[in-house]
Amino acid sequence: MKTLTKTLHAALLSTSLLAAAGAQAADVEVLHWWTAGGEARSVAELKKMLEAKGHKWKDFAVAGGGGENAMTVLKSRVVSGNPPTAAQIKGPSIQEWGAEGVLANMNDVAKAGNWDGLLPPVVVNVMKYKGNYVAVPVNVHRVNWMWANPEVFKKAGVAIPKTWDEFPAAAEKLQKAGFIPVAHGGQPWQDFTVFESVVMGVGGPAFYKKALVDLDQASLKGPTMIKALETLQMVRKYIDKDAANRDWNLATAMVINGKAAMQFMGDWAKGEFSAAGKKPGKDYVCLPAPGTANAFTFNIDSLVMFTQKSADAKKGQQDLATAVMSPEFQEVFNLNKGSIPARQGMDLAKFDDCAKQSAADFTASAKSGGLVPSIAHQMAVPAATAGAIQDVVTQFFNSHTMTPKAAADKLALAAKVR
Amino acid sequence: MNATVLSSTTAPAARPARRCRWCDTLDAWLPKLVVAPTFVCSLVFVYGYILWTAVLSLTPSRLLPNYEFAGLAQYEALFDNERWWQALSNLAVFGGGFIVICLAVGLLLAVLLDQKIRAEGFIRSIYLYPMALSFIVTGTAWKWILNPEFGIEKLVHDWGFTNFTFDWLIDPEWSIYTVIVAAVWQSSGFVMALFLAGLRGIDDSIIKAAQVDGASMPTIYRRIIIPSLRPVFFSSFMILAHIAVKSFDLVMALTNGGPGFSSDLPATFMYSFAFTRNQIGLGAASAMMMLMIVVAVVVPFMYSEMRRSRHG
Repeated sequence: MKTLTKTLHAALLSTSLLAAAGAQAADVEVLHWWTAGGEARSVAELKKMLEAKGHKWKDFAVAGGGGENAMTVLKSRVVSGNPPTAAQIKGPSIQEWGAEGVLANMNDVAKAGNWDGLLPPVVVNVMKYKGNYVAVPVNVHRVNWMWANPEVFKKAGVAIPKTWDEFPAAAEKLQKAGFIPVAHGGQPWQDFTVFESVVMGVGGPAFYKKALVDLDQASLKGPTMIKALETLQMVRKYIDKDAANRDWNLATAMVINGKAAMQFMGDWAKGEFSAAGKKPGKDYVCLPAPGTANAFTFNIDSLVMFTQKSADAKKGQQDLATAVMSPEFQEVFNLNKGSIPARQGMDLAKFDDCAKQSAADFTASAKSGGLVPSIAHQMAVPAATAGAIQDVVTQFFNSHTMTPKAAADKLALAAKVR
Repeated sequence: MNATVLSSTTAPAARPARRCRWCDTLDAWLPKLVVAPTFVCSLVFVYGYILWTAVLSLTPSRLLPNYEFAGLAQYEALFDNERWWQALSNLAVFGGGFIVICLAVGLLLAVLLDQKIRAEGFIRSIYLYPMALSFIVTGTAWKWILNPEFGIEKLVHDWGFTNFTFDWLIDPEWSIYTVIVAAVWQSSGFVMALFLAGLRGIDDSIIKAAQVDGASMPTIYRRIIIPSLRPVFFSSFMILAHIAVKSFDLVMALTNGGPGFSSDLPATFMYSFAFTRNQIGLGAASAMMMLMIVVAVVVPFMYSEMRRSRHG
C-alpha cells in the first residue's frame, strides 16, 4: 500500500509540473470561423503581421453553423477561466459578453490609433461596452443588396425594378418568359434577410429602426408592417418550388447560370460571382434592394478581446487590435472576403465597382441616418429576440394559411422575448 | 477425499501467509475495481450533469450559467413558446409513427425471412445494411430522393404520370412524415434482426403440436409465435423510443427543421435555444422535459414488463 501511495504522489506531482510548464508561453489565440478559401487567406495575413511583431499565433478555427459551434466552444473556454485572446463575436452579443465581466478594456489602443476618428458613430457604439472599447471591427458587409443578371432581364424585355411597386409586373414578365424571378434558399436566416430588405424598402430606414431595432410594439403591429408582410407574401409567389433548405450559394449559382433573374443577399454573394469569373456591370449588376437606395443595412464582423492574466498576453492582445485596424490588414481581408473596410478614409483603388459603391453609400448613409444594423445577422437586437422574430418570419414565409395581420401580432409578441 | 483436504491445507503453508491474504482480497475486489472507473464516470458525467441541467433549468441563465433561483419561470416560458408545442407534437407524430411502422416492417421482414429461403444470409445483410450508415448520410440521401425537382416526383413525371405530386419535403404540414420515412428505412433492418433472433428461439414442438391440431400458418403466427415474441417487442420498443427522442442529426440533415420550423423536434429545439440564442436556461428546461417524456413513457412500460416476467 505504501509503494502504491508513493507512486500516486509522484505521478500527480509530475503531471502538475507538466501543466505548469505548458502555461508559460503567451500565445495570441483567436477563435474564428473564417475557414472558406478567401477568408482563410485573410487570417493567414493577420498571422504574418503578428508573428512579425514577435508573438506566437495560435489558430483556433472552429468551422460550421455560421459560428454556432465556435460560440459553444467559446462558452466552455470562458467558463473554465481560460478564454482565448480574442474571438469573432458581433453585434449585441458583445454587450451580453461584456455584462459577464470577461472583456478587456482597449481604450489605450483606441486612443493611440484614433479609432473614434476612423469609425462612424454607429459602428463605435457596437464596439463599446459602457463607454469602453472592447472589440475591434474587421469589415463592413452590406445586407440590402440585390444581385441581378442583366441578360435575363434583357431576354424577358423587362427593366430591373427599383421599387416594390414595380416589382410584381416585372416578376410576372420574367416568369412568363420562363425564368425564375427570385433565386432564394429556404433557410430561416435567408427568409429573414429578404424580410428585412422588404421592411426597409416598404417602410424606409426610420420605420426599420423603430420596428426592428427599438422593437416598438405599435410599429410591429401597425399597417406599415402589415404592408411589408403582404409584399413578402407577394415575393414568395416568384420563388421556385424547390427553394426549401437550399444553401445561399446555390441560389446565387442560379443567377450566375441565367436560370433566375435576381437574388436578395448580402455582399458576400459577390465572392461567388468572382469565383465564377463574372464581371460586375457586365455579367451581373449589384443594386440596392428595391426601395432601399438611401439605406445601408450593415453587418460587421469584429474581434472581441477577453481579459488576459499575463502581461505578455495583454501585449499580444494590444498588438492584435492595432494590426486589425491597420490599413494593410483591412485592405487584404476585405479584398478576399468581398466586404469593405470598417476603417474610413482608405484608398479603395484595388476594390471593384460594387465595393466602391458600397463604401460611398456607407459614408453617405452614416451622415443621412440611413445606416442601420441588420437584424437578420444579429446586429440589431439580442440573440434571443432575433431568434424569436426569425421563427415568426420563417413560419409566415412558409405557411399557406397565416395572414399578414396574424403574423404582425406574432412579431409583436416575439419582440418581447429577452 | 481426505487426501484432497490434506493437500489443500498443506499447499498454502508452502507460500508466505501475508501474500496469500492479499491474493484472496484482490480476487474478491478485482471485478469491482475494474468496473469502478466506468461506474464513477457514469455517475458523474451522466447523472451528475443531469442534475446540473435540472439546476440550470431553475435559473435565469442566458449566455453563461447564472445560479440565481428563478423558480419555474423557464418552464413557463417554454410552454408559452409556439415552436416548443410544434416540436412536442412532431415528437408524438414522429415517435409514434416511427416505432409502430418499424415494428410492423421489422416483424414482417423477419417472418418472411424465417421461411427457410435460399440466400437468407445475403438478403438479411442487405436489410441490415442501412443501420451501418450514419443518420447524416441517411438524411442527405433521402433529402435528394424526396426532393420534388429531381427526386421521386421527377422520376414519376418522366415515366409519364405528370399529375403526380410528392412534395412532402417542402410542405410544412407533411415535412415531419419525411423524417419518419428516412428513419424507418434506417432502423427497420435492425428491428428485423432482433425479431429474427427471437423467432429462431421459439420451440419447434409448440408449432408442430399446433399443426397437428389443424391450425393454419397465419393462425399459428397470430396466436402462438407473435405473442411469444413479447420480450423482443419490449426491447425493440426501448431501443426505438430512445432513437426517436434523441433524433437530431437526421432532422438537421433532412429538413434542417424546415420549412420554417415545421419539422422541429425537441432535440433540435434544445440545441438552437441553448447554444445559438443565448438562452441556456430555456434549453436546459427543454432538455429536462425531454428526459421527463422518456421517463414517462419508458418507466411504466418497463414496470409492467418486469412485473409480468416475474409472474409469468
